[in-house]
Amino acid sequence: MAKTVAEINDKIRQGKAVVFTAEEIIEVVKAKGVKRAAAEVDVVTTGTFAPMCSSGAYFNTGHANPRIKMGGGKVTLNDVPVYAGFAAVDLLIGATVVADDDPRNKVFPGKFAYGGAHVIEDLVAGRDVRLVASAYGTDCYPRKNLDTLIRLEDLNEAVLFNMRNAYQNYNVAVNLGDRVIYTYMGVLQPKMRNANYCTAGQLSPLLNDPLYRTIGVGTRIFLGGDQGYVVSHGTQHNPGVRRSDRGVPRVPAGTLAVTGDLKQMSHRWLKGASFTGYGVTLTLGLGIPIPILDEEILEFTAVTDAELTAPVVDYSQDYPNCKPEILGEVSIAQLKSGEITVNGKKVVTAGLSSYAFAREVAQVLKRWITEGSFFLTEPVAPIPSADSGYKFKPLKERPWEPAQAAN
Amino acid sequence: MAKKKVVLNFPPHLIDQPITYRLVKDYDLVVNILRARITPREWGRMVVELNGNGSRLDEAMNFLADLGVVVEPLAGEIQWQEERCIHCTACVAPCPTHALDLDRVAMTVAFDRERCIACELCLNVCPYRAIEMAFE
Repeated sequence: MAKTVAEINDKIRQGKAVVFTAEEIIEVVKAKGVKRAAAEVDVVTTGTFAPMCSSGAYFNTGHANPRIKMGGGKVTLNDVPVYAGFAAVDLLIGATVVADDDPRNKVFPGKFAYGGAHVIEDLVAGRDVRLVASAYGTDCYPRKNLDTLIRLEDLNEAVLFNMRNAYQNYNVAVNLGDRVIYTYMGVLQPKMRNANYCTAGQLSPLLNDPLYRTIGVGTRIFLGGDQGYVVSHGTQHNPGVRRSDRGVPRVPAGTLAVTGDLKQMSHRWLKGASFTGYGVTLTLGLGIPIPILDEEILEFTAVTDAELTAPVVDYSQDYPNCKPEILGEVSIAQLKSGEITVNGKKVVTAGLSSYAFAREVAQVLKRWITEGSFFLTEPVAPIPSADSGYKFKPLKERPWEPAQAAN
Repeated sequence: MAKKKVVLNFPPHLIDQPITYRLVKDYDLVVNILRARITPREWGRMVVELNGNGSRLDEAMNFLADLGVVVEPLAGEIQWQEERCIHCTACVAPCPTHALDLDRVAMTVAFDRERCIACELCLNVCPYRAIEMAFE
């Protein structure tokens, strides 16, 4: 009993759409069975709220009088360098950039108290941000210096643009070494005394549509508290990995590039994060509605934490040296219980992805759809799936050597 | 019997004095040292749980104050800023006393001041500065 996105949108318009979160649907399928549930349910909403480093934002500040060509000049926001290599007043800031005079890891482990993600959070929170620019001056853009406060509402376009979010599955990080290590997966105690994981598991967007049957280019999503869009597959997209019988990746796989209007977002759903000894990143709420077009899609969304697994990876040696070994696989349910067993050793676990907030993202999205303020989309184009042959390659390093003197 | 957890701050000139001994011997207190940092010529800092007769405990506090030991309540030392917390749970595993604990149904973190021994292990694992030291 197949449905179409158009039919589901009609039901949303009439206030008749049946919507469950990816957590709720598990019980629905248990109670009603796949066939009946697939017929009755129209949409399953997913959500995640986690650090996502490859995030950033671009702005158009409007022109100062007299004009200044920041493009090709130097620009900072709250002392954090901004990329200005565009036209006169278009600026791009990445989540992980820090001020030039930030001590970074000189006193190890560094605090990384403020960076690009915090600038984005400050703007979204409506706070003043100091813009300092220096330029070389031209006949048409004579001004060479600018030092002013700006705020989000006064900017022209302000757009969140993330080249890689919503990783489909992620490593569980442990430390086999004999000193504490400070990683993007948090602080890892030596001799595998703790394990950190980062996934929303059964609520995670791409774990509920493992073969990207409904999520594609142009899919409308929840992003940072507003409606955003999937741009395409994200960087490092790697769909051809090992998968379970149900098609779910057993290791990190697909990713999404997404975008949305920063002016409509809320700092409740978008926060700067400081990882001791590692750096700054942006923690972001993202949710994707999955139209239940057929039984297979419904079965995908009913996946549980007990069925999902993540690989345990050593971050003292294996990860830094790109070794493919894993120490084992554990289920998300085990990770959430607070303790896993790796090579016969019991290890306490902690998360980096907020399940509580992920649940809320899925609930908000469900409410929007039920209220008729959010409509589903059909992908404009698919993103490369498991059988596409699309791969994430390592860097082919070819050390540069100065050319031999030609005389 | 009364019990309290406090932070004792020792000025540098008291570092060589056997003050804990006096608390045990003269005031009949059970002194449980939870954490201590003692460096010559610097302020020393000791987190202790004191257990004993209520009036003796008060007398001991006066004795410490007279000596110049600055006594601070422990409960206020570590502060959990709930509005900054995203409930990622990164702080829960390193906390040795379950002062930071996780409701595994709601998957939300809660902080129980009474259990906190101000070991500071949570401070650098929180990416959101949701856990802060009050006096430092």
